[in-house]
Amino acid sequence: MSRLNVVLLLLLIACALALIQSQHRSRTYFVELERLKKQAHMLDEQWGQLQLEQSTWANPARVDTLARTRLGLIAPPNDRVRIETLTAAP
Amino acid sequence: MNYHSKKLLKLNLATWRMATVGSLLLAGLTVVAARAFYLQGLNTDYLQGKGDAVANRNLTLPAQRGQVTDRHGQLLAISTPVESLWARPAELKLTAAQKAQLAKVLGVSASDLSKRLARKTRGEFSVQRPVTPEQAVKIAAMGVPGLHLRREFRRYYPAGEVAAHVVGFTNVDDLGQEGVERAYQDWLAGREGQRRIQRDRRGNTIRDLAPIKTAQLGGNLALALDLKIQYLAHRELAAAIKTHKAKGGSVVVLDAKTGEILALANQPIFNPNNRRNYQPGPMRNRAVIDTFEPGSTIKPFVAAAVLERGLLHPGSVIDTPETWRVGAKLVRDVHPHPQMTVSEIIQKSSNVGAVKLAMSLTPQQYWDVLHRSGFGQLPGSGFPGESAGRLRDAASWKPVEHATMAYGYGLSVSLLQLSRAYMAFANDGEVMPLSFLKREPQEIAGVRVFSPAVAREVRAMMESVTQEGGTGLRTRVPGYRVAGKTGTAHKLVDGRYAPDRYLSSFVGMAPASNPRLIIGVVIDEPSGGVYYGGSVAGPVFAQVMAASLRQLALPPDAPETATRMTHNTQPAVARAGGGA
Repeated sequence: MSRLNVVLLLLLIACALALIQSQHRSRTYFVELERLKKQAHMLDEQWGQLQLEQSTWANPARVDTLARTRLGLIAPPNDRVRIETLTAAP
Repeated sequence: MNYHSKKLLKLNLATWRMATVGSLLLAGLTVVAARAFYLQGLNTDYLQGKGDAVANRNLTLPAQRGQVTDRHGQLLAISTPVESLWARPAELKLTAAQKAQLAKVLGVSASDLSKRLARKTRGEFSVQRPVTPEQAVKIAAMGVPGLHLRREFRRYYPAGEVAAHVVGFTNVDDLGQEGVERAYQDWLAGREGQRRIQRDRRGNTIRDLAPIKTAQLGGNLALALDLKIQYLAHRELAAAIKTHKAKGGSVVVLDAKTGEILALANQPIFNPNNRRNYQPGPMRNRAVIDTFEPGSTIKPFVAAAVLERGLLHPGSVIDTPETWRVGAKLVRDVHPHPQMTVSEIIQKSSNVGAVKLAMSLTPQQYWDVLHRSGFGQLPGSGFPGESAGRLRDAASWKPVEHATMAYGYGLSVSLLQLSRAYMAFANDGEVMPLSFLKREPQEIAGVRVFSPAVAREVRAMMESVTQEGGTGLRTRVPGYRVAGKTGTAHKLVDGRYAPDRYLSSFVGMAPASNPRLIIGVVIDEPSGGVYYGGSVAGPVFAQVMAASLRQLALPPDAPETATRMTHNTQPAVARAGGGA
């Protein structure tokens, strides 16, 4: 009888330690999750800002002016354009 | 083991001492128990609340407003978080040195800053909204009590004024005020979420106390707009307004096959990113909201009405004297020809001819065609404040009105409405519902307005407008066949037609063999000496059309005209051409 009690006692102690361990792990994981969520949020914001920046650079008005002034591009005159008609593939 | 049996352990105590000690201990216990009961039982809610207030937090999860893009995914509106500076006057303590530093960081004068901070309000007010990220870092480092930064979303419009009238804008509270931002407010706005958490004493989140109510992000919106075409329309319109010293103007570009609005530009413009000095005038989307008397651009509908009844053919000859009297009204042609075919009436925009055609119909018959074409009804684009124009009931028409209606006076239309009606000619008689949103072709069902035969005949007449002898020679696009109609209307000022104020317009389509695009142009009060629709609005049409057709890579349907009509040979051409 008393041997069984000792075994049960040891089992109880083991369970208690396991509980503490798992509780601790749950806390650490939760903290990690929170950190990653925050990071994801920050990356989202950054993505938005990069999109904004990209579209500001790619603004047609800006591209138009740069192409004309800095690169000296022009629309090709019509006598320099040749239209190719695609024939049906064999 | 009996204590009483051992003499040594036998204790002789007075009973009163036992009683005193016992009752003292009992009293102490009672006090503790009572206190415990008081705290735990009676006051538990209050104390629990206090404890929770320290450890528990309710968080509001912000909902970002959805993006607006053009049909190719180019950004037109986006919300991004920014910091803004707020002050709480009750706690504000600012030394003179700090004030000077703050003024420097914000880039304002010290006196200006003092004025801003001197506001006596309960609660808090915003000092600067928004501040740049660099400013935010510096202000946070100063750590002034009573000043704090708050994170909020701000709406940006990367396309700026180019697409401002269509996209619209939001107010500081993120509510759509104009344009698409207002029309689709419910879809774009998100719903805030809630989260209840417990924190430890270092401020880390330990656990969720309730299931998270996730924030519902605002929906994204892809418009039918093509930003490149939109920019071209904006650029050409702005240039024309400047050349002709006009008060304003609009351009609408429609996809003839789907009814999508590919571009819609107005002048004057406004910058949606600058929220200060807003004026209602430039913010108005004239193409959708303002109406005007269409003038000669209505004539193709007269021709269609006549052809539809089978009374005449495009080649039927009609006597067209220089003047024609209807009641007290004398209708006059600027370039008279004694006889014209129906087709030539459209080509040369003869008022007398149009009146004679319209008078061969009953008012009800003519009204019926105009009504079917959508005049006097909302165009159905869903744009806030869109105008239905004005078309009075046929029963109330006097003969004079019946006549003036033939050349576009006595009814009013918006440019969007007029361009939509031209879809019937472009699309073999069928009008597609307008849309500011990108659409899949299979979702669309059109409404038949004219028979395919009538629509094609009228389109052929309108094509002659852009050929030798027509009023729209300057609307030609090299390489493509163009059909359209010019319009020059006197403006109604204080109930009278002003002899020197005009609205010049052109509505046309290309490639005429199978139109893909419809472009409508209106220029308000050109005052540079030229005012005919073909000369003022026409070139804008031609430029936007040529660029848009190239943008969409549509094959030319008249390649032989390409070289013959090149007029834009600049000195730079030969050099840039190189060795092709």
